[in-house]
Order: sequence, then C-alpha cells, then structure tokens
Amino acid sequence: MTAVVCARELVKKYNGFTAVRGINFVVRPGECFGFLGPNGAGKTTTIKMIHCFIPVTAGTLEVLGYDVGSHPREIKARLGVVSQEDNLDPELTVEENLLLYAGYFDIPRGEAVKRVRELLAFAGLEEKAGVEVEHLSGGMKRRLAIARALVNKPQLLILDEPTTGLDPEARHMIWEKMRQLKAAGVTLLLTTHYLEEAAQLCDRLVIMDRGIILEEGPPEELVRRHVGREVLELAPVDGEAVEILAKVDGGVLAHQIIGRTLYLYTGNGRDTWQQVQGLTGRFSHMRLRPATLEDVFLKLTGRSLD
Amino acid sequence: MDISYRAWKVFWRNFVVFRKTWLTNIMFNFLEPLLYLAAMGYGMGYYIPAIEGMSYLQFLAPGLIASSAMWATCSECTYDSFVRMKFQKTYHAIVATPVSLDEVVVGEMLFGTFKSVLYGTVILLVIFLLGLVQSPAALLVPPVLVLCGFVFAELGMMWTGLVPKIDTFSYFFTLIITPMFLFAGVFFPLDAMPVIVRQLAWLIPLYHVVELVRSLVLGQLSPGLLVHAAWLVVFIAIFFYPPLYLLRRRLTG
Repeated sequence: MTAVVCARELVKKYNGFTAVRGINFVVRPGECFGFLGPNGAGKTTTIKMIHCFIPVTAGTLEVLGYDVGSHPREIKARLGVVSQEDNLDPELTVEENLLLYAGYFDIPRGEAVKRVRELLAFAGLEEKAGVEVEHLSGGMKRRLAIARALVNKPQLLILDEPTTGLDPEARHMIWEKMRQLKAAGVTLLLTTHYLEEAAQLCDRLVIMDRGIILEEGPPEELVRRHVGREVLELAPVDGEAVEILAKVDGGVLAHQIIGRTLYLYTGNGRDTWQQVQGLTGRFSHMRLRPATLEDVFLKLTGRSLD
Repeated sequence: MDISYRAWKVFWRNFVVFRKTWLTNIMFNFLEPLLYLAAMGYGMGYYIPAIEGMSYLQFLAPGLIASSAMWATCSECTYDSFVRMKFQKTYHAIVATPVSLDEVVVGEMLFGTFKSVLYGTVILLVIFLLGLVQSPAALLVPPVLVLCGFVFAELGMMWTGLVPKIDTFSYFFTLIITPMFLFAGVFFPLDAMPVIVRQLAWLIPLYHVVELVRSLVLGQLSPGLLVHAAWLVVFIAIFFYPPLYLLRRRLTG
C-alpha cells in the first residue's frame, strides 16, 4: 500500500525563521500517527503544509499520492481538517454548519442531508441540530468540528491539538470518537502536547522539538528503548544530584538532571530503589513510577513538554 | 491566481449568514442616508434656492444612493471581513476544503458588491416613493451599483489584507472614504471648483458613481456616461489583484 503522507527533507521558513528543518516521515494507511512536542516544535506548521494551507519551502511532501504544491484541490477534497482554533460559523446552527461545509465539497444536496444526519448521530449532536453554534459547550463544538471534517468522507483526518482546552470528560469523549474512526479505517494524523493523548491513541508517533524530529516509533517501544520501565525521581537534601549518580549502577539505562532532581531511568525499579536506599544522605523527594512518553521527551531534550 | 466558480460558495456562505441576521444588521444602516436626506435635503435645502435648476433635495437624493452603496460595501469588506478572517477563522475553515484562498477573497468581494446593490437599491426605492426619480433610466442604477460595489470591495479587502488590527480601519475611513463622501459631488456639484479639483475628481471612484446614478435618476442621458462606466471598469481591473496578493501574504506568508 502507498503512503498516505510522505515527507522528504521537508523545510519551512518564515521570514528567515526556520520552523521545520528538513524532516522525514511516512504516514501509513489506517494508522493513527502523532506529532508530539511542545509549542513551537513545528507540529502545526507541518500540519499546515500537509493540508496545503502554507507552501513548502524545500523538500518534497506528498499527500495521498499528490504533490502538495501542484494538486492542492485534489488533496483537500480527500482530507478532513480539525484545526486547533474553533472556526465554525457561530451564527449558524449545528445542522447548517454541516450542510454549508458539504457545499464546499460539491456534495449534492440529497447526499449531504443524508450524511449530515449520520454525522449528527456520530457526534452525539442530534438534539442540538437546530441550536446555533455560539450556544454550544466547548466539547460539543469540538465534536461538531470533527463531524464537519468528516462530511467529505476523508481518507485522512488531520486533528491539530484536538483536545486542548477541554475538560477531562469532553476529552475522553473526543478520544472515544477518534478510536471509533480508527476502527472504521480512517487514517488519523494528530498533533498534541499531551503525552497521555499520544500514548492512548497513536500507533506510531514522532517526537518533534525546534523543527526537527528527535525520535520515531510506537509509543510503548519509544518508552522501552529510551527510558526502560520505570523512573526513580530523587532530590537530595544536601549535595548535588550528580553525586548520587556515581553511586548507583546496574539496571539504570539513562538519567536526566533537571534542577535539583535526578531522574533515573531503569529496567528494574525495585533493584534501583533498594540500591538508593542503601546510600547515606537524605532525600526531600523520592518516588518510583512507571516510565511515560514524557520521560522520553525529557531525556531527549532536557526539557519538559509544557 | 486560482479562481473558479467556487468563489460563489463563499458568497453563498455570507449570504446564508446574512439571511439570518439581516433584521438586526440592516435597519440602522438604512436609517443613516435617510437622516442625511431629511437634514440636508429638506432642512438645509430650504435655504438653497436651486442647484443646476433643481431643488437641493432633488440634487442630493441620487448622490446618497451612491454614497450609501459605498459605505455598505466598505464596512462589509473591512470590519465584517476582518472579523471573519481574524476572529472567526472562517477563511481557514473554507480553505481546508477544495476552495482556494483566492476564491475566498473573490467571494468576499462578491458579497461586498451585493451589499452595495442592496443598500443602494433600497435608497433608490425610498427616493422613488418620495417622487424624486425622474426617469425610467433609473432602472439602470443597480448595474451601476455592481460596478460601485466591486471597486469599493477591492479597496476594502486591500485594507483587510494590510491592517495590523481592527482599529486601524479608521485610517481608511477617515483618510479615504469620508473625503470621497464629502468631495465627490454627493453634496455639491464640482463644476464650480478649480480645474485641478475637477481633474482630480476623475481619480475618485465615487465621483463616477455619483455622476452615473444622478444622470440616470434625472434622465440626463449622454454618451459621456459610458466614459464614467469605463473608468469604473478600469478601477476594478487595476485593484483586482492587490487584495488577492495581500491576503495571501497575510495568511500564508
């Protein structure tokens, strides 16, 4: 099967600032592919090039087999885009928003009405069909935005920070909808700076920072490869974290020091814990917990995601 | 340039929204030219014996058709377009579909043109009811309002592509639109002005609109009207590309 998105040495510059610095990635059919990284990593810029909103500076970018520079209409006809900022038509009702959007894709009226009915059911907005968008909650608006992006039955659905700003319940509702879409065979591409979101939804992801891709792979594999199973967080009361480092061995795969806290990435948390307990000196903070994607990011960049 | 029939979809989008909100939006905009007509036409006109052999009210009324058309289009393609672009992100939503950004801009200008035709025609009807329309040639006013609308839609969208924030539109209105409103022949004929002023008037789009509308309403037909119309077409051609370029630069540069 051919790639849904294929980027080679992709570069984007804005007025001298390089937002994306020569990245390579492939999105395969039917998978959920994620861009994880902090704000300013270049995720949204990459997304905007994929949906043909901004031109590519250098490199090649193909979406659904078409070049983004020469065939934007063909690509956009087959994509769904849920942008970070709400861009629904606030004066119109839920149903009117969907019907109007179907018109941009030249979907015949009868077919559009049928699809809108299905999408209202999918988004759980049947009872809100006649309500103006400005009266909806944030979670409902996001569900409507997703429904709207599906009106052309896209082969690829792009979601830019789909749950940013939502409360936990609304977030889980969006995740459930995304899992339904994945099960239905829609290729999903999302950006997020929530590691839990990436871990829950993505089959594969890239970790981006400052315009480059630091790592690529399935979330659990990235965790295992870089930070093992568990993380022991230690903050010594006296002395420097680095001094402890010299005294532990065995099982520690890697470490990171941020401020006064030492993060020990270990394949065997219990062993490391016992080893540290045998040390002299007191700790103001000592905690053993499962390793996450955030630790991978921390280890790769020395910074946290937020 | 990347423009197809899809520009009409953008027009349609604005029209659908307009249909829902016109009652609240439209009333006050109609009131203003009528206030001018009452205050200046009846009120001040009482002290003005005659202009070019007609009452001041008769002279002023067709000019107000032109000026209210201009104001309607200009506020649509500045404040309203800016709100859609910047706050509602409507352009971003539309260009994620097969519609291009150029088509969005053209669609916005088409809708601005519609505003000119709508507002100008309603004022024309009011003037007709007041018995101030002298000729069936006035039926040609709406096509003139199309030209008028497109010129000012282009000028407005250029500013929408340029201004850093919504307050900056006041420069456009204070420095360009208000002077046109006051000095393009709506309130007094330019014939008595110095030659240089009369020559400069040819560079002012509203002047040509006023000349055309007034002549049609009064039934003063002459081949010279075609020259005015041709000027408007030239303005439209000259100012067609700049808004496309400026908005592309603004949103995707």
